[in-house]
Amino acid sequence: MKKSLYIFNPGRMSRQDNTLKYTAYDEEGAEGQTKFLPIENVADLYVFGSLDANSALYNFLGKNGVSVHFFDYYEHYTGSFMAKEYLLAGRLQVAQTGHYTSLKKRLVVARKLVEGAAFNLLKNLRYYQGRGRQVAEEIAQIELYVSGLPYATTIAELMGYEGNIRQTYYRCFEQLVNVPGFTFSSRSTQPPQNELNALLSFGNMLCYAACLSQIYHTQLNPTISFLHEPGSRRFSLALDLAEIFKPLLVDRTIFRLLNKKEIQPRDFVRELDGCLLKEAGRKTFVRVFEERLKETIQHRRLNRSVSYQHLIKLECYKLTKHLLNMEEYQPFKAWW
Amino acid sequence: MRPITATLINLYHICHRELWLHAHEVRMEFFSDAVQDGKQLHETAYPQRADRNREIMLGGSKIDFYDPKTKVVHEIKRGNKAEQAHVAQVKYYLWLLEQHGAPGATGLLEYPRLRQTQKVELLPEDYAAIAAWEADIRCIVESEQCPPVINKPFCKQCSYYELCYVDE
Repeated sequence: MKKSLYIFNPGRMSRQDNTLKYTAYDEEGAEGQTKFLPIENVADLYVFGSLDANSALYNFLGKNGVSVHFFDYYEHYTGSFMAKEYLLAGRLQVAQTGHYTSLKKRLVVARKLVEGAAFNLLKNLRYYQGRGRQVAEEIAQIELYVSGLPYATTIAELMGYEGNIRQTYYRCFEQLVNVPGFTFSSRSTQPPQNELNALLSFGNMLCYAACLSQIYHTQLNPTISFLHEPGSRRFSLALDLAEIFKPLLVDRTIFRLLNKKEIQPRDFVRELDGCLLKEAGRKTFVRVFEERLKETIQHRRLNRSVSYQHLIKLECYKLTKHLLNMEEYQPFKAWW
Repeated sequence: MRPITATLINLYHICHRELWLHAHEVRMEFFSDAVQDGKQLHETAYPQRADRNREIMLGGSKIDFYDPKTKVVHEIKRGNKAEQAHVAQVKYYLWLLEQHGAPGATGLLEYPRLRQTQKVELLPEDYAAIAAWEADIRCIVESEQCPPVINKPFCKQCSYYELCYVDE
């Protein structure tokens, strides 16, 4: 089974025969432990620390279809090295573009994406409502927004609904995280203003990268999106898909981390103008997020056990079918 | 439309939907363990096979092993579940060879796992059948609409299974 590799420490990655060799550096820059990682087991690399590498390594990674995602000091996603596309489908590409350029067709897909996202975040709220949190008002408010979705006639309107839904949802966050020391007030980014916002930013970015990795293994073009404007980031289709999966992958991870006190206020560093996760906190987050991606459910249609990560790929398949006029796209809605 | 290939002939006898998807370049075989396994088998099954066997390209189709001396086309498959599709594919090779000026070849379907081989010959009635397959394939591939799922037990083994059956 292929695994994502997360690299936090500074070090050097190189190719040795058909294996990846990673040598960590210590604080003085002296070489530390060396690890060998068979390329067959590597799905992709997430680079947080400063990594030395040469073009021989990138050639090797490229030939093996391994992409590398980079993040800056503030944990923002900065870019990816993507192996040469190995799954090209001219006709699908044309169809995908057609669904973007025709407003009518684009609205259909964009609306489904918002619908799926709303359904999944409502699922979170209802779960916690069942555990005694007072979120009835917000649920009703979000349902009202959802009922308006079919009448939206522009993408901007849909984005507006999406924004309102999220804002209402985030109002519940302090309640859902029932731990003293964590306030939320409102969503803030670049930089996040408090701990919860820092976790959200970090998690959303991981989710975005996870979606991008899955899209890469299908024949969809990651730059042509429907809800988000193509170009709002380099691979905006990943943003579209991330909407659907954030409530399940990111938000639930955050609630768990905080409610079980796996991440605590001491895991953050407050700087001049924002709040960031410290390395220990990041590692904990990534570990739990990866566990979440690997967690499996019994898929009721396929009659197979599939991981959350694989659900993202299935979403790509459904989009593919929609774009090729095979079947209308139905967004993933958590059914359990 | 691109030329009809032996792969399409094979798929035509298995699943029209897979045929359509494959012809429209929606490919899944990169992720299929079965396909990887087949590749492996292909490379290792007959290590002592004579050097005179050649890989040849005929109008978009590739014959993996052709022995020009004995005029035998070898085709290696993992299992014989889709046997009639395999036979059709080999017949198509034989027909192609004839079209390209090498008549009288015979085929050998090889199932190394099963330790079985099967002889395949191009019969007089096959010419009409091949023409009909080709016409049918053109018709399916040129259609805007992808054929429906076939709901067969072997769908579960297909690399397109998840694409075809996921719906929510």
